[in-house]
Amino acid sequence: MPLPPLDSPQWNSSFRAFLQGVKSVAATILAAVLFATYLGIGALAHDSHFSLLWTLLSTILVWAGPAQIIVITTLGSGATVIQSALAVTVSAVRLFPMVVSVLPLMRTPTTKRWHLILVAHFTAVTLWVECHRFLPQVPRDRRIAFVHGLGFGLLCVTLVANTIGYLLAANLSQTLDAAILLLTPLAFLFSTARNSRELADVAALVLGVLLYPLFALMNSGLDVLLSGVVAGTVAYGIHRARARA
Amino acid sequence: MSDFIGDWHALLILLVAGVIPNQIWRMLGLWLGGGIDEGSELLIWVRAVATAILAGVIAQILVQPPGALASVPPVLRYGALAAGFVAFVLTRRSIFAGVVCGEIVMLAGKWWFP
Repeated sequence: MPLPPLDSPQWNSSFRAFLQGVKSVAATILAAVLFATYLGIGALAHDSHFSLLWTLLSTILVWAGPAQIIVITTLGSGATVIQSALAVTVSAVRLFPMVVSVLPLMRTPTTKRWHLILVAHFTAVTLWVECHRFLPQVPRDRRIAFVHGLGFGLLCVTLVANTIGYLLAANLSQTLDAAILLLTPLAFLFSTARNSRELADVAALVLGVLLYPLFALMNSGLDVLLSGVVAGTVAYGIHRARARA
Repeated sequence: MSDFIGDWHALLILLVAGVIPNQIWRMLGLWLGGGIDEGSELLIWVRAVATAILAGVIAQILVQPPGALASVPPVLRYGALAAGFVAFVLTRRSIFAGVVCGEIVMLAGKWWFP
């Protein structure tokens, strides 16, 4: 479904641009990945004993799959609030360069900083990728409205998926519930692997998966954080050694 | 209804452990903007640690599975992930193929060795 040409009257109002953004959700394959991921997060939250409201609020307010999974799995397995907060902080650092690189795409000379707050909130890997794809086809002064529509549309997809996943986990047979829970690690492993182009990222992913079980044996209460820092630093070391060679 | 809301304490924890530590970075990006080199060495290290933490969480779900996933034997959980990964690589990085293959292996395993 192509967007209207830049000079089309379709772009005459902000509201229409917003609707174009919402409609564009149907034109992205990433929405399907997002749906599967949030189906899994809904089921994960249910089986970790969080309420449905809690689950939906975490999607609306956090709006970052990795951070939500970290909060649910760490708190669900009895980690302290501090450990969860630290792990989430580190996982969320990647949002900083994403926001920095996405905002110039829609800034105009009259844009105030507060106009961009909601765009910054919606920025996560899916929106970041799609902004680079769609925005060249959107008139600059309508881009903020368009991105609001795109973010809102994606949010609706995830909230529906969350609710379905949560209810399915509560009502399905054990085997199908397990199948939905398995969606989360599978979808995250492969979408992260797909986004890992640098050697450091690939090494971090592989080492992170392999080192966690060893750190879990120590049962320190900081397993995820420690294995992440060690695996990530070793991966960075490999990247440095390669760069020097 | 109280099932839907759950316990208010948990919502407060969500704010402290999930929302604030996550949003800090978006708001910093909004405030500081510009002048950050995405290829800088510090950011490469941070991204590697962030990726490894996420990888650790993926492993945690498989090693110490929540709820119904615990009913799947460990061999089958790791096997499903490995099979999905092979499909992912063979299809030149198709997320869909990897997820579907992993799910089929897990469901087939449960079917044949209940």
